[in-house]
Amino acid sequence: MIEVENLTKYYGFLPAVSDLTFSVGQGEVVGFLGPNGAGKTTTLKMLTCFLPPTSGTARVNGWDVSRDPLKVREQLGYLPENVPLYQEMTVERFLAFAAQAKGVGKGEIKSAVGRVVEDCGLEQVQKRIIGHLSKGYKQRVGLAQALLKDPPVLILDEPTIGLDPTQVVEIRDLIRTLGRERTIILSSHILPEVSQTCQRVIIINKGRIVAMDTVSNLTTQLQTSRKIHLIVDGPPEEVLKTLSGHQGVLEAVPQPGEGPGRFLVEMDKEKDIRPDLARTLVEKGWGLLELKSQELSLEEVFMQLVTEEEGTRT
Amino acid sequence: MKGFRAVFKRELYAFFASPVFYVVGTIFLVLSGYFFYTSTAYFSLVSFQAAQNPYAGREVNLNEMVVKPLLDDMSIVLLLIVPLLTMRLLAEEKKTGTIELLLTYPIRDLEVLMGKYLATLLVIIILLAGTAVNLILLSRFGSLEWGPVLSGYLGLLLMAAAFVSLGLFASALTQNQIIAAIVGFGALLMFWIIGWIGSVAGPAVTRVVDYLSMLEHLEPFSKGVIDTRDLMYYVNFSAFFIFLSLRYLDSQKIRG
Repeated sequence: MIEVENLTKYYGFLPAVSDLTFSVGQGEVVGFLGPNGAGKTTTLKMLTCFLPPTSGTARVNGWDVSRDPLKVREQLGYLPENVPLYQEMTVERFLAFAAQAKGVGKGEIKSAVGRVVEDCGLEQVQKRIIGHLSKGYKQRVGLAQALLKDPPVLILDEPTIGLDPTQVVEIRDLIRTLGRERTIILSSHILPEVSQTCQRVIIINKGRIVAMDTVSNLTTQLQTSRKIHLIVDGPPEEVLKTLSGHQGVLEAVPQPGEGPGRFLVEMDKEKDIRPDLARTLVEKGWGLLELKSQELSLEEVFMQLVTEEEGTRT
Repeated sequence: MKGFRAVFKRELYAFFASPVFYVVGTIFLVLSGYFFYTSTAYFSLVSFQAAQNPYAGREVNLNEMVVKPLLDDMSIVLLLIVPLLTMRLLAEEKKTGTIELLLTYPIRDLEVLMGKYLATLLVIIILLAGTAVNLILLSRFGSLEWGPVLSGYLGLLLMAAAFVSLGLFASALTQNQIIAAIVGFGALLMFWIIGWIGSVAGPAVTRVVDYLSMLEHLEPFSKGVIDTRDLMYYVNFSAFFIFLSLRYLDSQKIRG
C-alpha cells in the first residue's frame, strides 16, 4: 500500500530525514514513533505530497509522490499536526468545502458529510463555528475531513496531542475502529498510544529508522534481563542482603513506598528463579506479600534504542 | 474544476464572514460617494456660470467633468484598498497552517490560486457595482453618455484585477498579513508612479516606463477607447503575478 525507498529530505544542508525505507501493507495500522524533531512530520508531509523529497521515492497505492501527486492525494486522508482548520466556518460548511475540494460530486456532498459527521460523533456541533469548539471536537473535525471520500489510506500526525484523557481515549477508539478497513500511519511521541492502537511500530530518531517491528517483538528482543517487583514483610536490610546474595540475581534495589519493604530485583533473562526466590524468603519466616514480574514497557525499549543510537555515534 | 469551485466558494465565504470586507467596502463606498458629490457640485456650479456665458458652455460635459474625475479618484482608492483585501489570501493560510490542508487535497496549485484570485475579483465587482448607483442617479438628471462610462469601468476592473494578482503574490511571500498589505501597496504604488522617471530619463527609458505604468494604460479606457494594447497589459500583468505566486509556492515547498 505504501512503499518508501531511500527517502531523504534536506532542509538547506540539514538532513531532516535520511535514507528511510519501509513499507506498510493494506489494512495495517502503523505507528511512527520518535522524539520531537526526529523527522516524523517531515516524512508524513512527503507522503502527502506537501513537501517534495530531496531524493528517494515513496509510493502510495502504486502512485509515485513526485510523479503523480494528485493521484496520491486522492488516496489519502490527512490530519496535519496541530489540526489546522478554517476557524470562521461552521463544521457543516467546512466539511462540505472539504468534500467538494476532494472531488465529491455535487449530489453526494450532503450524504458524504452526513456520514463522517456520524462516524466522528459531530452531530451536536455541526452548525457551530469551528473556532468556538473545544480542542477535542476540533480534532474530530480534522479526522472527519480526512475521512471524506473514504480514502484507503489515512495519515494522522499526532492525532491525540493536547487532548484531555477522556478525549484521548475517545480518539484512540475511533482510530482503532477506522483501522479495521483502512491502512493507517499515525505519528506520536506518546508510547502507550502506539502500543494500544498500532500493530507495528517504526521508531525513528534523527531522521533514521532505528527499529521496525511489532510491539511485542520489540519488547522481547530488547529485554536483556527480567525484572520483578517484590513486597516483603521483614527487616529491610536483611531482606536486601538475602536478595542480593541469591543466586541468579543481578541487582536488588529497595523501592520507595509506604508499608513493608518494596524491592525491584533484576535477574537473568534465561533462568527463571522466581520459585527459588519465593521459597528462600518464606523459609526465612518473612511474609512475601507480592511478587510481580515487570514487562519492559515501550518507553524503555524506546529509550534504549534512542540512547543506543547516540552511543554508537559518539 | 471541482477544486477551483470549492476554493472560490470558500474564499467568498471568508470575505463575507470577515469584518475586513465590510469596513473596507464601507470606506470605499463613502469615499466614492464623496468624490461623486464634489464633482457633481462643481459641475452644477460651472453649469450655472456657463448659462450666462454661452461660449464657456462648450466645455461643460458630464462625462468629462464628473465621470472621468470620479473614475480617476476611484482608481486611487482601489490602490489603497485592494492590498487590504488581498493580504489575507495566502498569508493567513500559511499562518494558521490550513495551507497544508488545502495543498494536500487533490487540487492543483493553480486551481487554488485562481479560486482565490477570482473570488477577490468578484468582491471588487460587487464594490464597483455599488458605485454605479451614483451614475444611474446622475443619468436621470443629466445627459450622460454610457459608452465611456462602461469602458471606464472596464478599465477600472482590469486594473483592479492586476492589483489583485500583485496582492496575491505579496500574500504568498509571508505569513504576516500586515507585511503582505504593505508589500502589495508599495509595489502597486511603484507601478502607478513609475512613469515619473520618464521626465528625467532618456527616451528609451521613457518608452519602457510608459509601457509599465498602470496610469498610462488606464487613461484610454476612461476616454472610451478600448485598445488591445492596454487590455493585454492588464491581462499579462495578472498572468505574470499569478505565475510568480505559483512558482513561489513551489520553491517554498522545496526549501521546506
